Amino acid sequence: MTDDLPLTHEDIAEIAAILEQSGYRELDLATRRFRLRVAQGEGADGGMTQEWQWAGAAGEAAAEAATIQADPQAICSPLPGTFYHAPQPGAPPFVKPGDAVGPETVVGIVETMKLMNPVHAGRSGTVAELLVPDGTLVAKGAALIKLT
Amino acid sequence: MIKKLFIANRGEIALRVIRTARRMGIQTVLGASEADATSLPAKMADQVEMVGPAPSSQSYLSIDKVVAAAVRSGADAVHPGYGFLSENATFARAIAAAGIRFVGPDIATLEGMGDKLAARALAVEAGLPVLPGGEAATRADVHARAAQTGYPLLLKAVSGGGGKGMRRVDRAEDLDTALDMAQAEAQAAFGNAAVYVERFVARGRHVEVQLLGDGTSAIHLGTRDCSIQRRFQKLVEEAPAPAMPLAAREGIEQAAVRLARHLNYRGAGTAEFLVDATDFSFYFLELNARIQVEHPVTEAITGVDLVEQQLLVAMGKQLTLTQAMIRPVGHAIEVRINAEDPDADFRPSPGRATRAEWPAGSGVRVDTHIGLGGEVPPHYDSLMGKLIVHGDTREEAVERLGKALESLHIEGLPTTTPLHRRIVADPRFIAGGVDTGFLTGLA
Repeated sequence: MTDDLPLTHEDIAEIAAILEQSGYRELDLATRRFRLRVAQGEGADGGMTQEWQWAGAAGEAAAEAATIQADPQAICSPLPGTFYHAPQPGAPPFVKPGDAVGPETVVGIVETMKLMNPVHAGRSGTVAELLVPDGTLVAKGAALIKLT
Repeated sequence: MIKKLFIANRGEIALRVIRTARRMGIQTVLGASEADATSLPAKMADQVEMVGPAPSSQSYLSIDKVVAAAVRSGADAVHPGYGFLSENATFARAIAAAGIRFVGPDIATLEGMGDKLAARALAVEAGLPVLPGGEAATRADVHARAAQTGYPLLLKAVSGGGGKGMRRVDRAEDLDTALDMAQAEAQAAFGNAAVYVERFVARGRHVEVQLLGDGTSAIHLGTRDCSIQRRFQKLVEEAPAPAMPLAAREGIEQAAVRLARHLNYRGAGTAEFLVDATDFSFYFLELNARIQVEHPVTEAITGVDLVEQQLLVAMGKQLTLTQAMIRPVGHAIEVRINAEDPDADFRPSPGRATRAEWPAGSGVRVDTHIGLGGEVPPHYDSLMGKLIVHGDTREEAVERLGKALESLHIEGLPTTTPLHRRIVADPRFIAGGVDTGFLTGLA
């Protein structure tokens, strides 16, 4: 696997230095596993750039929740992540059906990239239904809780 | 000797470790979750062992799974990177019990330093100053401590690091909600919900010292200033700490070495201090017993490969570097390119890079696992890469950083790049020596 080795940052600096002193604007090299383009940027103060592409990396677009309907009755997830009903495992849920909520009421948590992001109700109402089970991975905009 | 190194991590740091290991002729195994099976480090490692499904609690944070994967791989050493299990004494003990070397300090040191409260006590023993605050086991204790320290205060995870499980609390009525969030975050990130209380210093600078030890002798590799933070996570780091009298810098460096010697420290570590921005008095915060995200700025000014030093010490070698051999040259700055939207309160923005043009050139280093089409999964940290520049002077480094940021183009997901462009143009940053309140005052 070491045949077409990953170039180090020292290697890139060296390639950039060679390019800078040559009449060439860019170097574009490809192996079976990666493609690297080191280029002098366009325009007056265009700096040197490096661009990497790895075999298999550009595949199909990430599964995006395409079919999320904007439900005016629902509180939606402000960002993708894992939706939790309660602040901690075993703790009582933030809200349950029948609870009255105000715009600032925290109704759940979405954990994204290890950060706990509180989900606010956003408006006043009464909780009708928790649409998503505790601990579910949700997309941005996914309906989480139905209000009446 | 180490023949085969298992990397219990992901992303740019996994790639960083692979590069040095390969240069040293060491075979590499990446322990990857299902979400990272086709990641760049997985392509680069000589071997890949799966450690479980995407959520880190079932993969990178699962001691049983990671140890089993390491054993299965036939590795004779484990590099834990940063975050995840890197400072987990139970993990280090399980690795040792499996007859594998742990690239990190002694288990006793991890136990002492992984518990931030015990670390405070050890620092006091070594004669280092600390902030008012301390242990708070129950909700009632947290309230009692808060009454002593006053507001604003910080809730910090006992097993913390990287700002996770940390919350600033300005008013008593916010304490309960903040405590719930901090504990939940601490539980998710470290598997331990315990938090403690510390007085919050509004106009402080965050200065840290890179340490290297072999159990007998210990040296420092100078300071890093990491005052520009959001959510207590560093965004910009530089070495050495700018706009600080030499005597103040040396005082902090000496204190850090004193602590390392007191602990008979083995490996690479970082002592973090809060420094008063006006009179340069300093307080010990914590000692991170692992490689830091921002280690490249120290490498840039000292020419020392810190991962190589970690591996050499793990092999049982004595440090061949002495304090006199560490002669820092010039100034280095690192900016973190995160998948976050700086215009939407740094909301995490997982996704796929449809364009990934990074700067290159002399004095420029980029450590990243994100190329064209590279994916940032929602399960982990938002770090996409680090841009590090080095110049003969700080002025030159700042200028180089500004130019490099102009050549950085990532599309497909929002990143912190536009924020860094604003930072590098800010007169306070250009002057140097800003405090941790810098971002709030950024135009």
